[in-house]
Amino acid sequence: MSYREAIRRAMLEEMRRDPNVVVFCEDARFWTMPTHGFVDEFGPDRVPIMPISEEGFTGAAIGAAMTGVRPIVDYTIANLMYVAWDQIVNHAAKNRYLFGGQASVPIVFRAAMKYANATAAQHSDRPYPQLMNVPGLKIVVPATPADALGLLKSAIRDDDPVVYFEPLLLWGSKGEVPDGEHLVPIGRAAVARAGRDVTVVAIGDAVPAALKAAAALADRGIEAEVLDPRTLVPLDRTAILESVARTGRLVVADPAHRTCGAAAEIAAVVAEEGFASLRAPIVRVVAPDVHPPFSPALERLMYPTPARIAAAAEALVTGAPSPKELVGP
Amino acid sequence: MNRQQELDAMRRMLRIRRFEEAAMDIVRKGQGIAGSVHLCIGQEATVVGSCLALRADDFMVGYHRSHGHPIAKGARLAPLMAELMGRSTGICRGKGGSMHLADFRVGSLGETAIVGAGIPQAAGAAYAARIRGTDQVALSFFGDGGANIGSFHEGLNLAAAWRLGVVFVCENNLYAMSTALSDTMAADSIAARAAAYRMPGVSVDGQDVAAVYEAAATAVDRARDGGGPTLIEARTYRYRDHAEYGGMDLGHRAIEELEQWRTRDPLDLLRARLLTGGVGAEVLDEMAAEVAEEVREAVRFARRSPLPEPAALFEDLWATPVEVSR
Repeated sequence: MSYREAIRRAMLEEMRRDPNVVVFCEDARFWTMPTHGFVDEFGPDRVPIMPISEEGFTGAAIGAAMTGVRPIVDYTIANLMYVAWDQIVNHAAKNRYLFGGQASVPIVFRAAMKYANATAAQHSDRPYPQLMNVPGLKIVVPATPADALGLLKSAIRDDDPVVYFEPLLLWGSKGEVPDGEHLVPIGRAAVARAGRDVTVVAIGDAVPAALKAAAALADRGIEAEVLDPRTLVPLDRTAILESVARTGRLVVADPAHRTCGAAAEIAAVVAEEGFASLRAPIVRVVAPDVHPPFSPALERLMYPTPARIAAAAEALVTGAPSPKELVGP
Repeated sequence: MNRQQELDAMRRMLRIRRFEEAAMDIVRKGQGIAGSVHLCIGQEATVVGSCLALRADDFMVGYHRSHGHPIAKGARLAPLMAELMGRSTGICRGKGGSMHLADFRVGSLGETAIVGAGIPQAAGAAYAARIRGTDQVALSFFGDGGANIGSFHEGLNLAAAWRLGVVFVCENNLYAMSTALSDTMAADSIAARAAAYRMPGVSVDGQDVAAVYEAAATAVDRARDGGGPTLIEARTYRYRDHAEYGGMDLGHRAIEELEQWRTRDPLDLLRARLLTGGVGAEVLDEMAAEVAEEVREAVRFARRSPLPEPAALFEDLWATPVEVSR
């Protein structure tokens, strides 16, 4: 099953299970969308035609969520969330707390991240680190079809707002998905590959890149453990610290920007709580603090690649100076 | 409005006036309300007339000037006053304060300090009623300032396109903080904007509780019957400044303007109407005394309530905390 099909199946199963689950998505009927055909099965009330009005329909989803409905809001392109930033940050995230527990805001915000696709800076962001800074939001970034399915179903059933980030690069990727009811708990990391020499914590589409890097490293006698947090809030600190305790070395691979990023948070957790395990400095393989440019010749320099991840891990294990210039394929 | 509704309106307007006067007094004397309070004194007829058109199980979304709104919807005073004082018995357990009073038990879905942001949320509550198959209506309050932000236009457009059962009530008190409406809007009517969204737009005397009630009741009936949204503009005035920190400062308004509006005080107008209609002064005086005691008791309740324990800092963030440790 493809990642895209897993997203579709998760929504279908949950909408069939719970009549209060609805989808807010611009162009939900368009043949390219995972929601194609939904209106025929669920009707135009549960899959309403949306104006291009991200702030408005996000606010409406919040009001609906506080009064018994469970909306899935699909921003189609992650950058479009910025238009609804006030509603997401000031209201969805805060209303339960502000109202002393009276409000529940069970919404899933789906955000497809279309970077590495020559869509330039306004269509190419990876906004999860910005939202990690907002208490009250759960944040997931699945990397496999099985996790895409299981985490989306868990997110739809969760009584808190969950932001669900989908790297578009992974939409076409295929993988095994368990039959029957498949739920992945929010807040649990997965060991994508076990290893003893170095831990690579990888996020989103950096997970398959890290697995390729680990295969290449194995040919050189280095066993890398690839850990996929899957959930960034709440972060499975225990799994990360346990892995680093075994390997003594940490590379964090993340396609988002360097400053105050998810990788920075993970590195800080390990520096604070796992320093005694470390045999080498922590290395981040992340996007530099520049906007994604349009030209593919430039944009492909930005994100973690198998070569960048492998070079960083190998330098840690061999004690060679960490390559300062890790940008490039 | 029948006689019983008029008396009910009088009681709720008195509750708001006396509650806010008490809050203002506590703020000015530095006796237990931190921060600032935004008072709706002068606007009670709009708030109460609108809410009285709702059923108990209908929804209402307020804005930052909204102590009066949950009161008009039927909330008890003591937990509201305790909230203003940041007590653990506050309606929001001391997490929301003056600008975020909510009482979900009476359909008051909370208030927002972000101007206009509650407007689409009210539309969403009306949408939820459709999904859940109820005939509940949602009412959205906002000020004239709120009518200029994107959420207003997006919320009205969405409600009209989807034919949602929502009533939008603009409390046009002529000033957004210190900025006069005439300086920020070329048009002189907010109700006229309804035409652009193909919904009824009604302008009403916001000092006359019966007039507000009639307009709101018509809009609520229409909403409940599937006729879609209505925009009501109630022309009203706040006696106090934008926010109460200490003393009163009418720096942005002429004192003559305030005095002119005071001649049409909403409580005085309703009292005169009741007296003319044959209600004895002693009945109204007794009601006023009861309300005054109710407010005093709310203050006493708040004062003797405990402050939140430190652990409360971390409570109410999540519905379902995830166990991360293994």
